[in-house]
Amino acid sequence: MSDAPAPVVQVVGLSLGLTTGDPVVEDVSFTVGAGQILGLVGESGSGKTTTALALLGYTRRGVELRGGSVSISGQPILGQGISNLRNLRGKVVSYVPQDPGGALNPSLRVGDAVMDVLRAHRAGAASLESVKASLERVELGADPRLPRRYPHQLSGGQQQRVTIAMACVCDPPVAVLDEPTTGLDVITQDRILAELARLRDDDGMAMVYVSHDLAVVAKMADRIVVMYAGRVVESGPADEVIERPRHPYTRALVSAIPDFRRPRALRGIPGVSVGVGEWPSGCAFVPRCRHAIGRCSESLPELSAATPDHSVRCIRWQELASDGAEPGDGRAAATAVEAEDEALLQVDHLEVEYRNGRRRNTVVHDVSFAIESGRCVALVGESGSGKTTIGRCLAGLHPPSGGRIVFDGSELAAFARNRPLAARRRIQIVFQNPFESLNPRHKVSSSIERPLRVLRGLSQGDSRTEVGELLDRAKLPRRVGDRFPIELSGGERQRVAIARALAAKPDLLICDEVTSALDVSVQAAVLELLSELQRDLRLSMLFITHNLGVVACVADSVLVMDRGSLRESGSVAQVLNAPADEYTRRLLSAAPCLPDGAYS
Amino acid sequence: MTGRLRFMRSFSGAVGVTIVVFVVAVAIFGRYVAPYDPNVPVTVPLAPPSSHYWLGTDFLGRDVFSRLLYGGRSVITLAALATGLGYLIGMSVGLIAGFSRSRIDPVLMRSVDVMLAFPPLLFLLVLISGAGTGVEVLVIGVAVIQAPGISRIVRTATLEVSVRGYVEAAIARGERSYAVIVREVLPNIMAPVLVDSGLRFTYSILIIASVNFLGLGLQPPASDWALMISDNRQYIAIQAWAVLAPAAMIALLTIGINLTGDAIARSLGRSYVPKTARSAVI
Amino acid sequence: MGRRLLGAAVSLLVASVLIFIGTSVLPGNAASVVLGRGATPAAVQKLEQQMHLNKPLTTQYTNWLGGFVHGDLGDSSIGLAQGQKHAPVWALISDPVKNSLILALITALFMIPLSLGLGALAAVYAGRPADHAISIMSLAAIALPEFVIGSLLVGVFFVWLDVLPPVAIIPPGQSPLSDPTKLILPVATLLLASLAAGIRMVRAGMVETLQAEYVMAARLNGLSERWVLWRYAMRNALAPSVQVLAQNLQWLIGGIIITETVFAYPGLGSLLVTAVGNRDLGVVQSVAMLIAVVYVMLNLVADLIVLLLVPKLREPA
Repeated sequence: MSDAPAPVVQVVGLSLGLTTGDPVVEDVSFTVGAGQILGLVGESGSGKTTTALALLGYTRRGVELRGGSVSISGQPILGQGISNLRNLRGKVVSYVPQDPGGALNPSLRVGDAVMDVLRAHRAGAASLESVKASLERVELGADPRLPRRYPHQLSGGQQQRVTIAMACVCDPPVAVLDEPTTGLDVITQDRILAELARLRDDDGMAMVYVSHDLAVVAKMADRIVVMYAGRVVESGPADEVIERPRHPYTRALVSAIPDFRRPRALRGIPGVSVGVGEWPSGCAFVPRCRHAIGRCSESLPELSAATPDHSVRCIRWQELASDGAEPGDGRAAATAVEAEDEALLQVDHLEVEYRNGRRRNTVVHDVSFAIESGRCVALVGESGSGKTTIGRCLAGLHPPSGGRIVFDGSELAAFARNRPLAARRRIQIVFQNPFESLNPRHKVSSSIERPLRVLRGLSQGDSRTEVGELLDRAKLPRRVGDRFPIELSGGERQRVAIARALAAKPDLLICDEVTSALDVSVQAAVLELLSELQRDLRLSMLFITHNLGVVACVADSVLVMDRGSLRESGSVAQVLNAPADEYTRRLLSAAPCLPDGAYS
Repeated sequence: MTGRLRFMRSFSGAVGVTIVVFVVAVAIFGRYVAPYDPNVPVTVPLAPPSSHYWLGTDFLGRDVFSRLLYGGRSVITLAALATGLGYLIGMSVGLIAGFSRSRIDPVLMRSVDVMLAFPPLLFLLVLISGAGTGVEVLVIGVAVIQAPGISRIVRTATLEVSVRGYVEAAIARGERSYAVIVREVLPNIMAPVLVDSGLRFTYSILIIASVNFLGLGLQPPASDWALMISDNRQYIAIQAWAVLAPAAMIALLTIGINLTGDAIARSLGRSYVPKTARSAVI
Repeated sequence: MGRRLLGAAVSLLVASVLIFIGTSVLPGNAASVVLGRGATPAAVQKLEQQMHLNKPLTTQYTNWLGGFVHGDLGDSSIGLAQGQKHAPVWALISDPVKNSLILALITALFMIPLSLGLGALAAVYAGRPADHAISIMSLAAIALPEFVIGSLLVGVFFVWLDVLPPVAIIPPGQSPLSDPTKLILPVATLLLASLAAGIRMVRAGMVETLQAEYVMAARLNGLSERWVLWRYAMRNALAPSVQVLAQNLQWLIGGIIITETVFAYPGLGSLLVTAVGNRDLGVVQSVAMLIAVVYVMLNLVADLIVLLLVPKLREPA
């Protein structure tokens, strides 16, 4: 990377808080040079979106500015009157929203939406030609009728291109992008990222790229700022932060990213990040930090310069620098579980359709596979590929329209209620959304007890004792049993859901995107738990996911699905390293992953 | 104050509950303190208020104050019965439709749509023209008017809840539908379903009182606030209290219930969608 | 659109069945009910014949509905019982229909712009004290039945102030517009009963749109506030508002039935109430069906407007 160009974005000591008093963002400073991309990384609740919106002089309802300054291209942003701000937004700094579907006016043709931005800032240049030109810039020029379309007539990727076109149409020097690819599938995400990189390279647009996904940021950003509990904990050149992270949080975060190129045992970060209003007086990461010592909670560590260009907010960074890599790996050994020939589950020519009125929609077409006893099979695909439907069929929640499912030698009925008790007990499922997976009206112990009573016929006393053991297994403190789900975090809830499934003493565990709603650090911990359970209890597992990195970390073999059909299947090593199918290859090349030198 | 009564902390909640308790107490216990027999003339018709007859007398010379104390029980009881029956029907239909997600659902919901496309008061009037005036006609008619709206809300809530993990886990365990509904679904749909129950109750009061006022519900000489209004309307210039007093009681009751419902909805953190007494039925 | 038309037709068909069953099948011989207890068997038999009660129920139904579709609303049962050869419902209702339409149109003329305007205003200034005041007051007004509002208004404007007449009796053949003061209290009653609900619902729809992400995105693109309000917020809030207004107009129908009785206004509503009281089944059936048609038409028109306003709904799913 060349010498840093003159900064176009200068944020100094930015602080924001809730109008009710609690701080949300405190003392955030960074600069972005012309034509550079700054990645603003953090988990939910880190204050990254609040920071990003402040760059446009915008605060959400209930949030207020406490101090600091933001200047863009030399123009101060904060403290400007609303009409000045209006002139700056879109012209000097523009915004690309997270959910393009919600951010486009549903009753406005997309061409008119772009035109509105032009009219607001360059009334003279507002013409159909300039609208078309701006759409061409984001590769939407092929269809001449596109400007006449309404947002709902476009795909998610096209919608996001339109919002990018709106953000670029007045050629602002800076754009703020708030998780711009989060709702998109991997292949579309890859193309949008390429688009953004081109806008930076060709037009010299500087960007602030906000994301929770370190792998995406590593690919895009020139510099990375890591936020935790409203403060910057580390900032530096992207490759340095990824390869030689100094802060224990950044290290843990990098180590928690499942990477299909370098499968390894993941290390989750214990606990959850502190929320607004719960900030401790010292370092906010202390409760989760493996290196924390007494001094850490005494006072807030200052940001100190590890190199002139790389700063870190940790009092022990120098001691830890020599500490080397976090212990890890051992995955290779774990994979070597000897394959048994016996197939526990055999799926033959499965067909599934959804009926919508008289229309039939085939969502799974001629899918066959087997799961051997004690193995973990990953089912990979984008949303709409039919992978979740297969899991639901196995659990007896959705009837197949053709084919058969054979479990331990006998064919399974379509609906769970028609299956024998043994089959219902031996197949268990864990669902995607931890917030909807436990009955909010029942205590955790009561939720876990239910399968013990219904499926295993235990007495009340016996099930009480076993609930405690199950909580231990799920690595939850026993007192969690007396809590209601609302008192638990997403990760804890998912552990309870796993404990509830284990209560049945299952042989086959179906995990349906169990980590996709969790923060990366929590995801790693849950995956760690699942791998351990699989090994200790000799569980067979069907692991449904869209994340190839996760596949590499937990599975023995993998099935790749696309639009209802099986595209490829084989061992993890074979499919991920030498894919035979064209679609798998595209999926793999589009999947974001850390650079080779990344810290591990 | 416990969590459930949090809504009382708001001004409108406290005022609303006070008003409702007052009016209901008058309606239920008022008759025990009434100075006169409500159905017997005590002095000349249309006498103005005096120390003996606090609110004067009506067009037949009966004591308005006594009739006022007697006149609330009927409308509140009938409205409560009708609303309860409406919930019984509506919740059963909604739960079956929402939980089964099978072929019954579209059929049930189509018929609910059709029912909702029929003006409620007109339905009641047609029913009365065929079946005659009577308490049971009133209760059943209003229950049938309420049921479709309730079943639609119950169905929506049930559909939403029954795709959640805990319900699906129970289904995958092979538990009986009844057990799944009672243990997993019902407790989680009660809040949204009951949020507008106060407004539905108000609507029942409103429509029953209206039918009584039209002379097509309770028949004279029953003491009933709405009947008192319609009976004495002609003489409002001479003895306004005979009309205004029962009007004020009905107004207090419905306003009180609405304020309470509004406060409850707010305390549950719902953006108070303007469920008015009338819109609650739709 | 075809589906909606079909839906409306089905709704009307079901309504006609409900009306017919409601009036015909329930206990008691309609003819003897109309004539009263002292009627001779011969008179009952004669009336039965005139009312076609001797024919099978399905024939009665198809004759009635067939007549209705062709504009023949049948005969008044009371008229027949009083010995008239023909007592066409049309003749009975032609004046009341006009009177009711006038009352409804005047009310709607005030209600639509007022609830749209005030609702939007309350939404834009949401959370301010004035908005809270409007909310509480409208909440109170909503809760009152029309006959209570009407009685209270009469108490104030006739008994106390003595500026307005307590009734709105219109002599036959005269237009209600010849003495507009008579219309003031009925219209005010209907407005008070329906306006509060309209304002509240329009406000809620508008508040929701103002919080939509595309409104925030438009602001972040530097669009002017007026532009954001009109082109982004209002435009998308209009569709739900149209549905709200249609609903309000539908409630107006129920309100008119009662308000007309309160003020002895000679409209379709008071005619229906009298007919129900006298059990004049011929009139009840036809008037009820007419009201049902208006009700369903309002729905259909609202759907049509929404269809024009929301591009997403314009194409098949």
